[in-house]
Amino acid sequence: MSVRREVTIVDMGLGNLRSVARAFERASALVTISADPSMIARASCLVVPGQGAFRDCALAIERGFGDALRESIARGIPYLGICLGMQMLFDSSEEAPNAAGLGVFKGKVVRFAVDSTLKVPHMGWNNVHATHPFMQDGAYYYFVHSYHCVPADRSLVAATVDYGGEVCAAIAKDNLFACQFHPEKSQDAGAHLIESFLNGPAWS
Amino acid sequence: MLTKRIIPCLDVKDGRVVKGVRFEGLRDSGDPVECAMRYDRDGADEIAFLDITASHEARRTLFGLVERTAENIRVPLTVGGGVRTRDDIRDLLNAGADKVSVNTAAVRDPDFIADASSAYGAQAIVVAIDAKRKADGVRWEVFTHGGRQGTGLDVVAWAKRVAALGAGEILLTSMDRDGTKDGYDLALTAAVTSAVSVPVIASGGVGTLEHMRDGFLVGHADAALAASIFHDGAFRVQDVRTFLADAGISVRPFGKGYA
Repeated sequence: MSVRREVTIVDMGLGNLRSVARAFERASALVTISADPSMIARASCLVVPGQGAFRDCALAIERGFGDALRESIARGIPYLGICLGMQMLFDSSEEAPNAAGLGVFKGKVVRFAVDSTLKVPHMGWNNVHATHPFMQDGAYYYFVHSYHCVPADRSLVAATVDYGGEVCAAIAKDNLFACQFHPEKSQDAGAHLIESFLNGPAWS
Repeated sequence: MLTKRIIPCLDVKDGRVVKGVRFEGLRDSGDPVECAMRYDRDGADEIAFLDITASHEARRTLFGLVERTAENIRVPLTVGGGVRTRDDIRDLLNAGADKVSVNTAAVRDPDFIADASSAYGAQAIVVAIDAKRKADGVRWEVFTHGGRQGTGLDVVAWAKRVAALGAGEILLTSMDRDGTKDGYDLALTAAVTSAVSVPVIASGGVGTLEHMRDGFLVGHADAALAASIFHDGAFRVQDVRTFLADAGISVRPFGKGYA
C-alpha cells in the first residue's frame, strides 16, 4: 500500500486542468489546484500542465508564477511539466520570439520544419525511445504540439520520438521530469508514468 | 512512428447518442458517457462528440455530458456542433474538451478561426467541413447548418484557407456518404489530405473495416472517424485495430501491457 502523495497542480490559466487532476486522483494522489504563487513556492510537489500559446505562458511567468516555479525547482521537490509546462522550462520559443520562458535550462523551443510530408501539429499516438524509469522504451503516448524543445545539454533528454527526425519527448534532471506528450491522455502508458512519478525516488 | 488514429464518434442530441442517415432519420443508441467509457476501454485513440441539439436550453446538458465524459476517459475528446463564439469554445474546453470543432461559424466569419486559434492554440481548434459532391462529380461544395445550407465554397480551397488561418486539424465529412455505410468518399479525402499540411480526419460512410483501411491507404487520412459500426456493436475498436495492422497500417498496439 503506497502513501497518498500531496500534489499541487499549477493553474497558470493555460487550459483545462481537470484531466490532469483526474489522472492523479486515479493514481491515489491528494490533488490541490492552485493559482497562488506564494502557495506554489511552498508546495511539496508540483505538476505544471499547459496548452495553448507560449506568449500567454510568458505573461503568466511575469505575473509571479516564474519566481514561484524557479524557487520550487531550486528546492528540488518532485516536479512534473507537461507539454507547454515542459517548453516553458527553456529560455525562449520560436512561437513568441520576444517572450521569456523560465530559463531553468539552456536551449530553445522550435517549430517543426514545414515540408510536404510532415503534418503539423504532430498529433496522435507515437512511440518513444526512452531511457528513463518512468517510461517504457517503445511505449506509445499521445502528442499534440507544433513546437518542440531542443535542450542545449543533451544529457537532459530522457526520451525521444521520431517525427521528421529525432525529437525530444521528455527531459529529466534530479527530481524534475517533463514531457512533451500528455500522460493524462495516454491511457495505461500515461497512468504508469504518473504512478512512477508518485512513487519515484524524488519523494525519499 | 506516428500512428493512424481510430476515432469513434458520438452524435449527441438532447443528451442521448443518435445516428441518422444522410444527416436525417435519427435513432437512439444510448448514453454518451457510457458509450465513451466503453470506447476508451476498448482502446479508441480519441473520442468525438458532435452535438446536434437544436435548442439553447438543451445545450446546457452538453456541458454536463462533456464534463462527465472527460472525467471518465483517458484519451482526448473532441466536441463540436453549434459552436458560435469564442466563449462557446472556452466553455467546452473548460468542461473538459481537448479540441473543439467549428463549422458554420467559421464559414460565416473566417477570422473566427484565426482568433480562436490564437486564443486557445491551434491544437484545440478543429474545423469541421461538411462536403457535398457537385454535379460535375469532381469537386465538392462546403455546406453549413448541419448540411442544410450550401455556401458555394469549394471544399479543397476552403480546407487550404482554414489551415492557413490556424486550424489545427480538419474533420472532413462526406454528406453524400454519411450514415450510408457505403464507405468514405475517398476522392474527397485524398483531395483534401494532399492539399493541406494539418492532420485530416476522414468521416462519413464507414460500414466495414475495409472502408476504414481505404480511408488511410487511398484517402491518406491521418485519422478515421466512424459512428454507426461502433454503436451497432458490429465491430469493436480492437477489431479495427487488428484489421488495420494486418493491412500494414501503422496503428497503436493495444492490450499488450501498457505499450
